Amino acid sequence: MKICVTSQGKTLDDQVDPRFGRCQFFIIVDTDTLDFEAVENQSAQFSGGAGIQSGQFMASKSVKAVLTGNIGPNAFQTLHAGGIKIYTGLLGTVRDAVEKYKTGNLKPVENPNVGSKFGMPGKGS
Amino acid sequence: MIISVASGKGGTGKTTIAVNLALSLKNVQFLDCDVEEPNAYIFLKPIITEQKKAYIPVPEIDESLCNTCGKCAKICVYKAIAVLPSQDGKKGTTLVFAQLCHGCGACAALCPQNAIKEVNKEIGVVEIGGCGDIEFIHGKLNIGEAMSPPLIRHVKEHINFKKTVIMDAPPGTSCPVVTSVKGSDYSILVTEPTPFGLNDLILAVEVLKKMKIPFGVVINRSDLGNKLTHEYCQKENIPILMEIPFKKEIAMAYSKGESIIRVFPEYKKNFQDLFSKIKNGKFRNE
Repeated sequence: MKICVTSQGKTLDDQVDPRFGRCQFFIIVDTDTLDFEAVENQSAQFSGGAGIQSGQFMASKSVKAVLTGNIGPNAFQTLHAGGIKIYTGLLGTVRDAVEKYKTGNLKPVENPNVGSKFGMPGKGS
Repeated sequence: MIISVASGKGGTGKTTIAVNLALSLKNVQFLDCDVEEPNAYIFLKPIITEQKKAYIPVPEIDESLCNTCGKCAKICVYKAIAVLPSQDGKKGTTLVFAQLCHGCGACAALCPQNAIKEVNKEIGVVEIGGCGDIEFIHGKLNIGEAMSPPLIRHVKEHINFKKTVIMDAPPGTSCPVVTSVKGSDYSILVTEPTPFGLNDLILAVEVLKKMKIPFGVVINRSDLGNKLTHEYCQKENIPILMEIPFKKEIAMAYSKGESIIRVFPEYKKNFQDLFSKIKNGKFRNE
């Protein structure tokens, strides 16, 4: 199945990006074959609406789950409306995150865990 | 004639200048356009006679008519709509993020299914009143509202062109300021002779030049700080309309909600002269 991991680089061996809406890259992975597509995040520089746009992008790519560090309120609402499961707190490489997901031990979140604009420079806690 | 009082840097003395100018003239209408934190009423102490709630139209989606074509989301410049298409047999849905909506109406106009209705969202209130002969209007933005320009426009709808309109603008140089000063015949930029003051004055000058609004500078607390602001104005041919040296008595009066002209009545003539010079077009910078 197709999932997405937010990434700081274009490969499976790059670090997970702790942001969703303003992450640098989306790595869209097939969990069975580990075939993947790296997409540069077009919403990264938005001053507003980044979470909403990124969420819609996930839906357009038929992603079933998002693995990231943190998720804000608008992104959460959008992904949730699209039936896409959200997993936060992922660290390490994109490959590590996919492996963790495949163990079946990760729990999807029920709420956003950071506020609006978390991913903008200077705003992260 | 509409005279806006702006600054760039906050805290330079816009409200002080605007209030004292208004108190020195006749046939005045005072507009406080700093709707996020109006404060002119503290000094003018108006009696409010009318309160009008202000709204902007935001979209409401009729899910029974919506076919998640996504046109509304595509047209929205502010990303206020998210369309999640139907997937795996589950019906898609359209989300509206009202706090990002600027009320432009494009989505409602373009929906091929006529599934979008515009409903009013309250953003704040416009209060109208008087203080002596001065007609007074200000806006108060609801706490939590992110955008002030729609409310500023509501305030400006009450401009009385038959009067001398003095408009207290918000600080800064972005949307709220542009919305406030737009259409004014002249703008007074209030600054202080400090590095931050000068930095932000230069930005404000850029904005007014782009908007083609004639302007001049008032230097508040003029004997403090450094001389760079004076030099900048001279170099750029920007008229220095007035200088107000720092006086503890002015600061004390301010802290009690009193005007300069009450403590130093001689300043009244300074403000009247300032207005005459602006009105007679003596200050022009091309």
